Order: sequence, then structure tokens, then C-alpha cells
Amino acid sequence: MSKKEIAFMKGNEALAEAALRAGMTGYYGYPITPQSEIMEYLTRQAPEYPHVTILQAESEVASVNMLYGAGGAGGRVMTSSSSPGYSLMQEGISYIACAEIPSVFVNVQRGGPGLGTIQPSQGDYFQAVKGGGHGDYRVIVFAPNSVQEMVDHTVLAFDLADKWRNPALILTDGAIGQMMEKVELPEHYKFRSAEDMRDEKPWATNGKKGGRKKNLLTSLNIKSEDMERKNHELQAKYGKICDEEVRYESYHLDDAEIIISAYGLSSRICKKVVDIGRAQGMKVGLLRPITLWPFPSKKIDELAKKENVKLFMSIEMSVGQMDEDIKLVVNGRKPVHHYGRTGGIIFTAEDILNQIKAKI
Amino acid sequence: MKDGYELVYKRPDTLLSKRMHYCPGCFHSTMHKIIMEVVDEMGIAEETIGVSPVGCSVFAYDYMDIDFQQAAHGRACAVATGIKRSLPDKFVFTYQGDGDLAAIGTAETIHSCNRGENFTIFFINNAIYGMTGGQMAPTTLEGQKTSTSPYGRDVKHVGHPLRMAEMVSQLPGVAYCERLVLNTPANVRKAKKSIKKAFDIQKQGLGMTFLEVVSNCPSGWKCSPVQSLDFVGENMLKYYPLGVKKDVTANSN
Ligand SMILES: Cc1ncc(C[n+]2csc(CCOP(=O)(O)OP(=O)(O)O)c2C)c(N)n1
Ligand code: SF4
Ligand SMILES: [Mg+2]
Repeated sequence: MSKKEIAFMKGNEALAEAALRAGMTGYYGYPITPQSEIMEYLTRQAPEYPHVTILQAESEVASVNMLYGAGGAGGRVMTSSSSPGYSLMQEGISYIACAEIPSVFVNVQRGGPGLGTIQPSQGDYFQAVKGGGHGDYRVIVFAPNSVQEMVDHTVLAFDLADKWRNPALILTDGAIGQMMEKVELPEHYKFRSAEDMRDEKPWATNGKKGGRKKNLLTSLNIKSEDMERKNHELQAKYGKICDEEVRYESYHLDDAEIIISAYGLSSRICKKVVDIGRAQGMKVGLLRPITLWPFPSKKIDELAKKENVKLFMSIEMSVGQMDEDIKLVVNGRKPVHHYGRTGGIIFTAEDILNQIKAKI
Repeated sequence: MKDGYELVYKRPDTLLSKRMHYCPGCFHSTMHKIIMEVVDEMGIAEETIGVSPVGCSVFAYDYMDIDFQQAAHGRACAVATGIKRSLPDKFVFTYQGDGDLAAIGTAETIHSCNRGENFTIFFINNAIYGMTGGQMAPTTLEGQKTSTSPYGRDVKHVGHPLRMAEMVSQLPGVAYCERLVLNTPANVRKAKKSIKKAFDIQKQGLGMTFLEVVSNCPSGWKCSPVQSLDFVGENMLKYYPLGVKKDVTANSN
């Protein structure tokens, strides 16, 4: 093992550095606040990575389709954006999901709807976890809550995108993207030659060399039977992802009567809520989904079954989105409440605690 | 030589022996054939990746026996950019209709030309949306009737038809740009030479190669294949003049 590499970095820049270390072969993006540091950092580092394509596209529509091409050709590819730009990519993500092209997306969320505000938000949860574009598809969604996790999730997103031939999304927000923290950087990925990549991805469109049959990447299934078969195949894959890739963190859940659920930036504040609440004698715990899709439904079900659990409280920087998924699992067994702020206004631990007290 | 006959003409190996879905008389099939002839003659079938559009030629991959990606409507040039940037030593081409390239995909077209991406665009201009049943295209001629310009294209209302070859030839990133037609055997032979030239220039990495084909659409134009050839000759070629619009190799040759 080589020596640990520790740095003090901005979330967006740490994510970009992690992508380079994770063996990214292509980045295609378009500027938007609060994530422009990602492409700025990558273009600065470009001279050291001559084999990596880093290209500023004419729009997010172009970026996502460049990803389709470059990922389809066998690369490890990424794009990043913030809410309005990520909206523009949805058609392309639907195509990518159907053609099963591994690709990594980053949405450093800002407040919406519309052009909204450049302040942090968690308003794009529905879009991220329910598909976002047209048709029945899913994207693997990570919700980092620290600069360290911006790095760790980026590496994981590349690996899982390849493993499942699926788009993977880092759903973060302007605060995590802009904040600076200490971070341990991963080791550099082993360089892969074109031949290595050809072996690893026999489905890629890189020329039907050596007498192999032609490869085709398409999302067109014009015959009804073919379209339905494709949907069944995709659903079977999504089922396996749900079985194998759920990630969450439990904080004081064992004897908790009040279950707070929060992800990303909100979860940091909610940890403090748990600490303060516990000091005041409240039996409060936190369930932090790390993957938003697949969702930790089994864990929530387990909690909903427990006699001592009195209520769930979803804390989000939105008017209430993830609480709907919690309600689906809890299915009326316990009350599920929501508290949120929007527009970039971030709740304090005291705010949240008061909201919880009002509910018990 | 078979049974005393000498084989003088055959289907190119990379054009699969399948019944095409194109309407009788449609130039899409001719264009498919000559692109694959050139690919075979250059021996690059294992090195070539095609990108098909949304339009009648979405199924180009059903006929061409090479690696293919099918793009979203208008995005073929972005997809090809991603492929070519990843695999700079391969031959990459897009095959796009006028709705795909000159309406919904105008930005991707202009910007990939402007970046001088080293791939080849085959632009099939039939002045109509063939696949969706004959609606007006950005290239529909003034006065031409379509299902969404039932009284003829009114340029005051919807603007003038776009001359894409002339437009993109203005961009420094474009190395070679020519407008072709496939209405006579002589013109088909000429077009083949231009395709070969485009691939040669692509190999040299000189920039974008753009071939516009003035095409037909007997079904969308609501006429017979023969009448469609007359319309091409009498109307289309007047507004869309043939010829090389740009060739950066012209002086060195
Ligand atoms: C985003 C989107 N919008 C609209 C369509 C519907 N559509 C399919 S093909 C087409 C036009 C194709 O015309 P053209 O590019 O000229 O090709 P042609 O069929 O004439 O060869 C349209 C509008 C679509 N598939 N996707
Ligand atoms: S609709 Fe027009 S463009 Fe399409 S195949 Fe038929 S003739 Fe060709
Ligand atoms: Mg057309």
C-alpha cells in the first residue's frame, strides 16, 4: 500500500480529481453554477492526462449525447451539471438507459423550479430516483454528504456503471460542491489500453475487428414484443441492483422511537439533531440513505415494524419528495412527516428539533 | 466466374442481403449501397462505426454490416463526436435526414463542424420529414406542399429553406464539403468518388467532411419515383446547386 494522500479540497474539485484517478477516459460538459469548478479543474489538469478527452460541449443536450457515443465506444465517461442542465439531459439518459451504456452523471443541485436560484437544494430527488426522462428506467443514485464521499462515490459510480451497464448519478448540492474539507484521495486506476477495454466491454462499438460480429447500440425496439422483452430484461437487472447495491448509514437507530431520514447535506445537520435530542433524553435516530435508488426500503420496513418506533420524519431541502417513498414503505403503519426549506435556506438543528417536538 | 458467367456487379459484402424497408425509388437505399461499396473497396469495415439518426434511415444499421450506434433525434453529430474522440483511429460517420440535421440537430451539426471533428456527415436532404409522414422540413422548398404546409411553404411565415452545405462550408473546421445527387448512374458514380474522398480526408485528420445528398421522397412528395426524379432535377437542384463548396486538399492535389 502506498502512502495515504490527504488533501484539503472543494467538493467539486475533489470529485473531478477522483474521476481522473478512477480512470475516466472522457468528460463532456457545459458550464453552470454551482458546479463549473468540475470542468475548470479537469481542463487545468488536462495536460497531465493526454489520453483523457475533456471537452466543453455546446449544451447539456450535446454533452449527454457525446457521453452516449463515448461510453458506447467503450470508455469510462462522465458529465456534470446542475439542475436546469440536468433536466436538459433527460432525453439522452433515457436513451442511454435503454441502450445500457455505462456512464456517470453529476447533478450539483440548485434551487428550482425554473432557472431558480444558484443556492443549494434537494429539489431534484423525484427526477433522480424515478427515472427523470421517458419510459421505464432507473439510474443508480448516490447522495454524498461530505467531500470525502464526493470522492468515494465517484469511484464507486464508475465501477457500478460498468458493472451494471447503467447510468449512475451523483446527486449532490451546491453546498457540498462548494465546501472545503479534508479528503483522502484514492489511488490511480490502472491504465487500460484500447485492447484491455475491448476485452472488458465486448459489446462496445469500437470496430468489429478480428471477425467478431457487428455490435449495435440502440434504444429502438419498434416491435411491441421486442420492446416488452427489453423492458423485462431491464426490470430484471434493476431488481438485482435493488438486491445488491443498497447503501445506507444508521445512526442511533437501535432504540430510536423517532426516525429521522435525511440524505446529503441535510443528513449532516440531522446527525446534530440526533445528538442534541439524545442529550435532552429524546430517543431519536437517523437513517441516512446513501443510495437513493436503490432505496433502503427493507431497512425502513424493518423500522416500521418495530413497536417502539413512533414516527418517521423526512428532512429535505425541498417541499417534500423523499417522504413519499418512505410513506410507500411504511404504508400507514406509522405517521410519516416532512420538514423542509427551499430556495437555498438551510434549516438549523434547532429548527428541526422544534418541528419534531411539535409532532410528538 | 460461375456457370460460364463472369461476375461484373454484386452487392457489397458489408451491405447485408436483406429486404430494405425503404419505399420504391427512394435514394436512401442507393446511398446505403454506395457507402458500403466504398467501405468494402477501402477494406475498412472492421474500422468503421456508423451513427444512424431518427428518420427513415434510423434502421441503416439493419443493412450495414459494421458497428453502429443509433442516436436520439438530431444528436448524431454529438454521438459521433463522443465516438471519434474516444477512437481517433477509426472511421466514423453519421447518416442524417434534413429534419434531424438541419432542424432539431442544428446546434450539434454546426458545433461539430466548427470543432473540426474528424468524422463524415452524410446529409440526406429530401426536403421533407419522410418518416413521420411528409411534414414540412427546414429544407422544404418555397411553395412546396407538405402535410403541414398544405398551401405550400410560405417563407414569410416559416422562413426560407436552409442551404446547409453553403452554411457549414463557411466554418474553418470543415475540410471538405460537397453537394451531390443520385438521380443518374453518372451522378451515383460521382457520389461514390466523393465518399471515398471524404473517408480519405477523415483518415488524414484534416477536419469535418460533409456530403449533402439532394434526395427524394416519392411517398412524402406524393408522386411516383419517376416524377420524384423530375422534381429533383427541375426544382431541388435549382435551389440546392451541386458541387464542391469547400476542399482544403484542392491546392495540394
Ligand atoms: C425528440 C423527437 N422529436 C420528434 C420525433 C419524431 N420524428 C421522427 S423522424 C422525424 C423527422 C425525420 O425527418 P428527416 O430527418 O428529414 O428524415 P427522413 O425521414 O426524411 O429521412 C421526426 C420529427 C422524434 N422521434 N424525437
Ligand atoms: S418515406 Fe420518403 S424518405 Fe422515407 S423511405 Fe419512403 S421515400 Fe424514402
Ligand atoms: Mg427528410
